[in-house]
Amino acid sequence: MSRINSKIRNLNKFTLTNIESYSIVIVAYIVISLLNNFGKINNSISGQLVPICAYIVMAISLNLTVGFLGELSLGHAGFMSVGAFAGVITASCLQDVIPSDILRLIVSIISGGIFAGIAGLIIGIPVLRLRGDYLAIVTLAFGEIIKNIINCLYVGIDTSGLHIGMTSIEALGMTNGRIILNGPQGAVGITKLSSFTAGVILIIFALFVVLNFVNSKTGRAVTAIRDNAIAAESVGIGLTRYKLTAFIVSAVLAGMAGVLYAMNFSSIVAKKFDFNTSILILVFVVLGGMGNIVGTIIATTVLYMLPELLREYADYRMLIYAIVLILVMLLTNSEKTKQIKEQIMLKLTRNKKYEEREGGNNV
Amino acid sequence: MTFISNLISGISLGSVYAIIALGYTMVYGIAKMLNFAHGDVIMVGAYISFCASTYLHLPPIVSIVIAMIVCTILGIVIEGLAYRPLRRASSLAVLITAIGVSYFLQNAALLIWGSTPMTFSSVVGFDSIPLFDGGLIVTSESIVTVIACIIIMICLTLFTQKTRIGKGMRAVSEDKDAAELMGINVNVTISITFAIGSALAAIAGVLLCSAYPILTPTTGSMPGIKAFTAAVFGGIGSIPGAMLGGILLGIIEIFSKSYISTELSDAIVFAVLILVLLIKPTGLLGKKMTEKV
Amino acid sequence: MSKMIPVPSNSIIPERDSDKKPILETLHLGIDFGGLTAVDDFTLTVGRTEIAGLIGPNGAGKTTVFNLLTNVYQPTRGTIMLDGVSTAKKTVAQVSRMGIARTFQNIRLFSNMSVIDNVKVGLHNSIDQSLFSAITHCFGYRKSEKKSREEALELLDFFSMADWADFQAGSLPYGAQRRLEIVRALATHPGIILLDEPAAGMNPSETAELMENIRKIRDTFHIAVMLIEHDMNLVMNICEGICVLDHGKIIAKGTPDEIKSNPKVIEAYLGKKKEA
Repeated sequence: MSRINSKIRNLNKFTLTNIESYSIVIVAYIVISLLNNFGKINNSISGQLVPICAYIVMAISLNLTVGFLGELSLGHAGFMSVGAFAGVITASCLQDVIPSDILRLIVSIISGGIFAGIAGLIIGIPVLRLRGDYLAIVTLAFGEIIKNIINCLYVGIDTSGLHIGMTSIEALGMTNGRIILNGPQGAVGITKLSSFTAGVILIIFALFVVLNFVNSKTGRAVTAIRDNAIAAESVGIGLTRYKLTAFIVSAVLAGMAGVLYAMNFSSIVAKKFDFNTSILILVFVVLGGMGNIVGTIIATTVLYMLPELLREYADYRMLIYAIVLILVMLLTNSEKTKQIKEQIMLKLTRNKKYEEREGGNNV
Repeated sequence: MTFISNLISGISLGSVYAIIALGYTMVYGIAKMLNFAHGDVIMVGAYISFCASTYLHLPPIVSIVIAMIVCTILGIVIEGLAYRPLRRASSLAVLITAIGVSYFLQNAALLIWGSTPMTFSSVVGFDSIPLFDGGLIVTSESIVTVIACIIIMICLTLFTQKTRIGKGMRAVSEDKDAAELMGINVNVTISITFAIGSALAAIAGVLLCSAYPILTPTTGSMPGIKAFTAAVFGGIGSIPGAMLGGILLGIIEIFSKSYISTELSDAIVFAVLILVLLIKPTGLLGKKMTEKV
Repeated sequence: MSKMIPVPSNSIIPERDSDKKPILETLHLGIDFGGLTAVDDFTLTVGRTEIAGLIGPNGAGKTTVFNLLTNVYQPTRGTIMLDGVSTAKKTVAQVSRMGIARTFQNIRLFSNMSVIDNVKVGLHNSIDQSLFSAITHCFGYRKSEKKSREEALELLDFFSMADWADFQAGSLPYGAQRRLEIVRALATHPGIILLDEPAAGMNPSETAELMENIRKIRDTFHIAVMLIEHDMNLVMNICEGICVLDHGKIIAKGTPDEIKSNPKVIEAYLGKKKEA
């Protein structure tokens, strides 16, 4: 019994990984803020800070679906889109009610999260019944459907309240109101509310939610389903319920990221959140290492900045990006490099026995 | 009369989707991978044919053949360089690599041909056929597309059922390891599949751009995604399924464009796909998957 | 031994269970796969604390029976009563919560998770933790995690595996993986545990240890054990009742001694079909 007690007293190692993740974000925040204050960061990069934060939150959220739940989602930008437009409409409606910018941003982010969560529920129920590639294609389809519908949405506000239509802005029958969402032209006249600080706080919030979620009863059930669905069912875990929970949590975070992103620009169109955006985020997650949150954050930052850094090569930068992407995948996944990696791991594990529970960056 | 005219253009568009979907479905059936770069091979095929006929003034047939040859080589090279080293890697790693290849092709095309849209001149030599005193006009492109689609379908079916290589392909798609033990060269078989798929993509590219003559480096991506949807719709891995899925998808798209809403037509197409998958989780003609406990 | 049971032919319940309701009863259970009858007319009763064996040549349908009992396959015919309640139209997870646990012929662990997390997943339905406390890590999170960790370690210690608690499950040696699967199944607090070839791939000393463990499970947790096994030494030694399956049908039921001398069983194993 004494042996058991000593084991219980052992400091949970997950807490350490968590502290590591939080501190990386906070240190990066302090360093970047200082550099920014001293004007060491050029405009093109400082303008990217909020989008990077939004994409990091997106990647953390997608990591929950792809890395921990083990389901390939190709429509994650759809949730970002739902959140973004719900947040923009909320902020616009509350412009006169809540004068404080910060408070209005918080309320909008929460509203975006809730709407994205509802979308996650509606999409998750049918989607999560399917398997593998079929699930992937249906998430892709939903992402496109969301994009299409928002593209046809006209929303305006006047003294009599909110007007929503799908044909044209005139059809809303507003007398002298404000247009919020103008079909294919997207949301216009957004008051910029997002800031780098808000972005970092949202990242920390997303980290808090995902890391806690993973190390809980529900998170274990989700990971168990990924590892072996039949065995998970055999110990009494209802598949649909837990898959859906993870999917919705992931959608809520994506929606919040969408609000952060949209509130950084004066206008935003639904086309921004298309299939390519979903793919971009998926690339961040896979290159960062599925189930590896710190890796995801680093990969997102590096890959998002890469085209910026390659700016001097202008026309060739996206080509270089593509080549880098292919080479990285070949290097990290091909048979030969795997053998070499295994040999190194073998040497390491002799000293350091089975400590990495999350398995590092294995894809 | 508009109904019949819509139906014809639906079938014609659907035939293009079907030819592209065949490439997706064959590659998926054999290599078990979603080849997202397939749509961009279509674009390359269209550009090659465009260059051959515009700059070299070659006759349409020759330009198509050149496009097919270039795409075939391209397909084999892509498979050999990017996908073969990942044969045993996770499907997600292969998917991301395919996306990388897709980016590569798009941006290479952007560098070579620029972003200005080019106007593709139709490869079809004869005029449209007016029926019922001009009440119904059947475009020459639709006729050629539908005929090409039927010929390809028949040839592919015969090829996979009757020839040695075709049987080898079916064996590899059933069980790669067992096929290898039976003396089938899996790598060669997969290369051949990519070659056929890419050659079909070239044909599809030319036909697509003959009907919708705007050519840009991203021309292939949306038809690519839709054809992929069509392959899943019909049951991915099944050749008749890809055919059926492609044609149905084309008809649904044209009908929703003309009767419901142009803006929402894509949404409707995808909504129908979702409905079908909910009722038949492996597509219309897909095989049922069960995991042995 | 069947003298106290109202339907003697169905049951091989040991005498100590005979006054109690059986934990598992099946009646004329059968399943067809596309016209092929895999299991037919499977009628069996297992007592509260019985160790029952299910044996038969390869392909006799033993694992199919386990899949039927856990609702992985929906039976074409017949009924299953678990602790007196029918399991018809229930999901696999629901049946598990009703008190049936199992291991798998080809090990199905959560191999990327730690040993203790595997057991905690088994404890899933007895952990009292809401989604809210899971996300905030407050409001009873620590208490419920500590409790589940203690219980998981206790279970692991029972099979002398507590030292391996933080190892990755997939990295364990084969025999230990089989044991961990049993621990995980026990963590669901079942009334009956089904073991599918628990001794497969084990050496004689490991098998001996396993036999002891199976008895220990029954004596400590007071639950029934039903096992599929090809190791006749193990089956004859620890099983109180044995059911022999051939071509999807029960050909004999009884005590080990009765089975050993049953001519039908001998024929099934040694007769026209040669099977180990």
